[in-house]
Amino acid sequence: MNFNWLHRYASPMNFYSWSLVATRWLGTVSAILFAVGLTGGLVYAPPDYQQGESFRIIYVHVPSAWMSLFIYMVMVSAGTLGLVWHVKLGDMIARASAPLGAWFTFLALATGSLWGKPMWGTYWVWDARLTSELILLFLYLGYIALQGAIEDRRIAARAGAILALVGTVNIPIIHYSVEWWNTLHQGPTITKFDSPSIDTSMLIPLLLMGLAYIFYFCTIVLIRTRCEILEFERNKTWVKQRALEMESV
Amino acid sequence: MTPKRKIRLVTAALILTGGTIAAALILTAFEKNLMYFYSPSDVIAGEAPTGRKFRVGGLVVNGSVKRIPRSLTVEFTLSDTVHEVTVEYEGILPDLFREGQGIVAHGKSRPDGTFEASEVLAKHDENYMPPEVASALAAAKSNTPRESAK
Repeated sequence: MNFNWLHRYASPMNFYSWSLVATRWLGTVSAILFAVGLTGGLVYAPPDYQQGESFRIIYVHVPSAWMSLFIYMVMVSAGTLGLVWHVKLGDMIARASAPLGAWFTFLALATGSLWGKPMWGTYWVWDARLTSELILLFLYLGYIALQGAIEDRRIAARAGAILALVGTVNIPIIHYSVEWWNTLHQGPTITKFDSPSIDTSMLIPLLLMGLAYIFYFCTIVLIRTRCEILEFERNKTWVKQRALEMESV
Repeated sequence: MTPKRKIRLVTAALILTGGTIAAALILTAFEKNLMYFYSPSDVIAGEAPTGRKFRVGGLVVNGSVKRIPRSLTVEFTLSDTVHEVTVEYEGILPDLFREGQGIVAHGKSRPDGTFEASEVLAKHDENYMPPEVASALAAAKSNTPRESAK
């Protein structure tokens, strides 16, 4: 197979230019999706038959939880690209993703806890779903700490990719925890083979919010990756040239 | 693929499988301990621990909730549709507590078989729907003409 096109787009210099345009579009789409999704979820969706208005926290909680898993998979894939194929951009994307993943995990845990108090009657329980999600937060924090502790970027990227690979096993555990064990957390509503057990009027804003989160993540990760590139390639001529151009503007 | 790349790819795959096998072994070893609660059947079969606190979860049997007057004590029956356990609890129940609802009680088994709960948590299911749909479903189930929702 010919991967030349991939190498062209993935070279840090080219990536820097096309991602500048991409972030503008991705950011706009994300803002629109957030506006539509939030109004849909907070204003137009009907209240739940059991939980009333408080079920609306689902529009923040569930997409955050999805993102916490999704970003981890992005991090592992990008890290593996760097580890096996020595794609520098992979290392940078993995490094740029970790803090975002950590924040989404934190958001999922925090909103879940706020939701748990009125519905379950407790902020926190040590059931399999909540515990495995907490482990995911620690994996992210461990990854960030490891990256920060190693000064040589290439060694840091390799060590990080290996740590991320080892932690991958937690992702299916989080997803299936509610099916494998008795948990206080309920089973999956949407990510199952059956049709979703949520009313369409409530599902559409949720999916829009999910998309908004994904676009938001793409926007921010591209911006953060550009910072990584500038730091990593600061001695390259193209970076110096760009800096000079910026100065003259 | 260059041989060096192949070695790195195999290493990455080995790390992944190694991690999975380790996790699988740990999780099978801990299996029962990872269960957040026992079912009434487990309790009756004697699988739940005696002499220390544990959790029992099930559905609140319709018509079984009895409130002791002038106190916060409630008595109800938990069922997993096969066996039942009577639970006694003194305290404030969560909003979602109702008959037919799944709940998890934390406490001790008494010698007479009743369960003395010190904490009651409500479990909610994975279904979300507007009140009108819920009442329509309930009406269809009991085969009575549909009443308009409040």
